[in-house]
Amino acid sequence: MKRYFGRKLLVYILTFVLAVTIDWMIPRFMPGDPISILISRFGPRQGGYEALQGYFTSAFGLDVPIWQQYLNFWRALFQGDLGISIYVFPTPVIDVIMRAIPYDIALLLPAILLSWLAGNNFGAIAARSKRLDDTILPLGYILTATPYMWLAILLGWFFGIVLGIFPIAGAFDQSIPAPSFSWLFISSFLVHWFLPFISLFLVQFGGWAIGMRNMIIYELEADYSHYLEALGAPTRLVRRYAFNNAVLPQITGLALQLGVVVAGALVTEVVFSYPGIGYLILQAIQNQDYFLLQGCFLFIIFGVLLANFLIDVAYVLVDPRTRMGMQGEVG
Amino acid sequence: MGLQVENLTVYYQTLRGSVQALEDATFSIADGEIMGLAGESGCGKSTLSNSLVRLVPPLKLIRGRVILDDQELPVADVERMNAYRFRQLSVVPQYAMNAMNPTRKIGRMTSELLRSKRVDYRAALPEIKRRLDLVKLPQEVLKMYPIELSGGMKQRMVMVLSTLLNPSLLIADEITSALDVSTQKAVAEMLVEFRNREFVKSIIVITHDISILYQIADSIMIMYAGQLAEKASTETIIHSPEHPYTKMLIASLPEVGVRYADTRLTGIPGKPPLLLDPPVGCRFRHRCPVAFEKCVEAPPFLEIAKDHFVACWEVFRKYA
Repeated sequence: MKRYFGRKLLVYILTFVLAVTIDWMIPRFMPGDPISILISRFGPRQGGYEALQGYFTSAFGLDVPIWQQYLNFWRALFQGDLGISIYVFPTPVIDVIMRAIPYDIALLLPAILLSWLAGNNFGAIAARSKRLDDTILPLGYILTATPYMWLAILLGWFFGIVLGIFPIAGAFDQSIPAPSFSWLFISSFLVHWFLPFISLFLVQFGGWAIGMRNMIIYELEADYSHYLEALGAPTRLVRRYAFNNAVLPQITGLALQLGVVVAGALVTEVVFSYPGIGYLILQAIQNQDYFLLQGCFLFIIFGVLLANFLIDVAYVLVDPRTRMGMQGEVG
Repeated sequence: MGLQVENLTVYYQTLRGSVQALEDATFSIADGEIMGLAGESGCGKSTLSNSLVRLVPPLKLIRGRVILDDQELPVADVERMNAYRFRQLSVVPQYAMNAMNPTRKIGRMTSELLRSKRVDYRAALPEIKRRLDLVKLPQEVLKMYPIELSGGMKQRMVMVLSTLLNPSLLIADEITSALDVSTQKAVAEMLVEFRNREFVKSIIVITHDISILYQIADSIMIMYAGQLAEKASTETIIHSPEHPYTKMLIASLPEVGVRYADTRLTGIPGKPPLLLDPPVGCRFRHRCPVAFEKCVEAPPFLEIAKDHFVACWEVFRKYA
């Protein structure tokens, strides 16, 4: 057990170091120069440009050799310092991200969890009802094959423009100065939240339902199901066992999805101009914001690794076969 | 008492028509009898066992009755059969190695299964433990997952599980096929032990391994291409069979002490017929050395001597 987790931990640390290194490299090898973009926003006069460039380059630590930048990056990372954003200069990156994260969580957590629950239950029911299997399941195939942004655009067009029920941009009404716990804000937030939520929910629902249906059919054809049936066990018991076993791979899928909660849903957020991390990533790329981009990716790395680690732990608890494998490794 | 099967005819419904896998099977098994059911692949052994245990599509009951302990079993009614399964009629399946839910501890699975049959697990526990001792399984297996057991242990566990409610009839389907020879013998002897202790009244042992049957079976029934060929005591089938197919089948078995370097082991020339469109009459007649005109009619399964049943016109002519 100890050795199992020890080895796992080592792999996670290695992955982390590698991922962070790549994260540091990506923006630096992108074409373009963030400092000149920043300066061009100030629109300085002739001569002032050079002065500003020298100032900003050293202020952002871009004047030292590349290996020095890399080491500085790691040092800053351990101090929780992700640098200053260029896009929303001079706000620290960590603040920009922290401001965006609540929107991601509010949008993605319900979308992922509810679609998982609903999809799995629906898939399990569809697997044993011929009529549902023939009618609604094909819809699931269409849904899961639908690109997020396309469905988002369709929904936005229909509900936002044709029917005019839901707003199609932002997380709350522009007339509200700042988020607060007032009824006005909450209602405005929910109305803005609905379309991005439902577009994410629908696509993921289709995927979960299909996966679960196939798994259930597989499990109901497994030998242990046939044995229970041969002993005249009630259908309820057979189905319960099949469901419990079929849900195992779905748990992995869920955990991986939860890992990217902090990553936001880039395309959906872009379509609805929803101010989550996904939207930030787009802005960071467009503005050559090294530090913001790095920060966003870093959160994604953390999220994915943490989720994977939790799956490893959860599997040991849920599936005895993994525990056996573990003993095998030690022995 | 015991099992009576009358004119049991079961077909597989396929897109290309009915596969006539079991045709007019009529036989009985007495209480306390261990009957071996043998024949080559595709002869209908498993169809017969499935018809008794779980007759679901593509299997279809065409006609026939199954009577167990003077009660007719509703074999074609999957739901109503549930009341008889496990209690009156049980099975040790071919896939006994994978028969237990991999994610449940064996004890928990047993208790859930028993509860679904309205049997109290706590009350049954002492008996379960006694039977585990009998098959030389440690009582700790109840706290283990199936994956922690070896193949042979899983097999024994399933045997204990299947016979827990003391069914009248146990069907053991190819249970020795996946085991090595020494384990085979132990498992076979366990079946006899279960019968002797009256955990089960009678047993059908399905196998294509006649040597196992010779060790444990009281009687052997031979099937060919969906029809019953011969049923008699084990001694009779092995030493003085009457049906030409049985004779050739027994003759093709190697004998201990005989060297086959000089004499070739004989087989049966030809192939069994396809059951999608089987020949009328006796299905063995195209491979049969003694076939004559009469064989285009299906021979009945008649008792030519006490407890010796044969379906062959040539044999009837001899005994007439």
